[in-house]
Amino acid sequence: MTDLTRLTAAEIAARIASGEVTAVEVTEAHLARIEAVDEKVHAFLHVDREGALAQARAVDEKRERGEELGPLAGVPLALKDIFTTKGIPTTVGSKILEGWIPPYDATLTKRLRDADVVVLGKTNMDEFAMGSSTENSAFGPTGNPWDLTRIPGGSGGGSSASLASFQAPLAIGTDTGGSIRQPAAVTGTVGVKPTYGAVSRYGMVAFSSSLDQGGPCARTVLDAALLHEVIAGHDPLDSTSIDAPVPAVVEAARNGSVQGMRVGVVKEFAGEGYQAGVMQRFNESVELLRELGAEIVELSCPSFDKALAAYYLIAPSECSSNLARFDAMRYGLRTGDDGTKSAEEVTALTRAEGFGPEVKRRIMLGTYALSSGYYDAYYGSAQKVRTLIKRDFEKAFEQVDVVVSPTTPTTAFPIGERADDPMAMYLADLCTIPANLAGNAAMSLPCGLAPEDGLPVGLQIIAPAMADDRLYKVGAAVEAALTAKWGHPLLEEAPSL
Amino acid sequence: MPGITREEVAHLARLARLELKAEELDHFAGQLDDIIGAVARVSEVADQDVPPTSHPLPLTNVMRSDEVRPSLTPQQALACAPAQEQQRFKVPQILGEE
Repeated sequence: MTDLTRLTAAEIAARIASGEVTAVEVTEAHLARIEAVDEKVHAFLHVDREGALAQARAVDEKRERGEELGPLAGVPLALKDIFTTKGIPTTVGSKILEGWIPPYDATLTKRLRDADVVVLGKTNMDEFAMGSSTENSAFGPTGNPWDLTRIPGGSGGGSSASLASFQAPLAIGTDTGGSIRQPAAVTGTVGVKPTYGAVSRYGMVAFSSSLDQGGPCARTVLDAALLHEVIAGHDPLDSTSIDAPVPAVVEAARNGSVQGMRVGVVKEFAGEGYQAGVMQRFNESVELLRELGAEIVELSCPSFDKALAAYYLIAPSECSSNLARFDAMRYGLRTGDDGTKSAEEVTALTRAEGFGPEVKRRIMLGTYALSSGYYDAYYGSAQKVRTLIKRDFEKAFEQVDVVVSPTTPTTAFPIGERADDPMAMYLADLCTIPANLAGNAAMSLPCGLAPEDGLPVGLQIIAPAMADDRLYKVGAAVEAALTAKWGHPLLEEAPSL
Repeated sequence: MPGITREEVAHLARLARLELKAEELDHFAGQLDDIIGAVARVSEVADQDVPPTSHPLPLTNVMRSDEVRPSLTPQQALACAPAQEQQRFKVPQILGEE
């Protein structure tokens, strides 16, 4: 029998629908793979073996009864531990929520269950989604399946590593400054940040509410599109959810083409700090787009140079406010409550123990940026920069259909290399942040290995808000051309674990 | 732009309800100073006549009709409470003794 863990989500769904394999067999194969390799990778924080098998059995029974199955029925998925799951622990990678069992499902979790997607478990992440390396998890780092001594990207490192190590064909991430795309890039997988507001944030633990966006992670562009259609759409429980039809992303992924499209290359997405091999693969991708029939247009987006600075004021400001709910009163950790201390003191002691250094750093930074006397200079100015970035994108999309760039300036760096240098770590999200500030849709897909270190390089595609289908149309065309050139998907070159 | 002192970090920590240790205060003072130094370039647009953007979507308040609907039971809501008493969240004292 073929190794079920090597199949794409679309292939698995087709085989289950035709009765060639059962959902239980598929789930068991993935659970066995997790058992065999996750000790080395550490992609999962919690594996819900019984729940996954029960859901798989329900799919098989549905099929036996002759009921129609959804397009991803019975396909296993790894869920980032930032989404609440009723009856299953949810930690956000933090000690402050260790052992917390939510009494409700996030809207995204509910949609996955309703679509008969089999949730294998919860994946490792940087604490509260703050970080670009998954080294900030309170439960230990995740390794990159291409080289276990390197980071798998962050904050969704567990999700991307689960895909690249064939523990799951689908995963869910969240992208505040690049946490879906950056891990996808450094693990050789596909990650999509949908348009802001396209996927509900209800039940997704908030980090920076105006930037956070859940989205699909997969090994192929079509698989990402199939998952996108399951999770996207209006949710009355989220006031920032867009009440408009979801673009036809699956259709776009099935009809990849760049013929006649105008593709923008932004001058500001290059220069100092970019690894030579990353730029080489990116430039080859641009050449490929030209060969496939796209018109390449050089653009300048001058405000992008300030995007990183604006992000590291806006995100911490919103996080300092959002994380105020972790006050040790209603749920989560409580320490120091010996009967002599006030509620305020218990809160301060609990937060000191429950939060890790990166979370504390950002809460402090946000508290500073929002404090009286500094508000205008920092938070106020950052919001002006956000307007300028939005305008840069609007101008760009008057001239082109999509913008492309490298997803990350470098390939995966060694675990520990940037741990004590926050500014060096923050540079990992240099190319991904502008799309979060403006609310655009964006994708990362593999475009080759950097010659100097043999590690994956990501190509980023950015589309206007609500034009998510363009990402899939372009992404599918690039993927098809590159797979034909290599003779196989890039992940087949990853070392076996 | 002013440098961030240890005392200022201690003040921020109090505002943020974080009980930091002495060595953390020193560590964060240096790091926050570096980060603020690097992100301060946003102020290059400070005097420009640019409207601020706080959110990528035009936000409107969303209301629903005021109907009684099923919700969590008290037991479910209290299931993860660090402490409870008489079907309520039990919290440390909020007001002083006097």
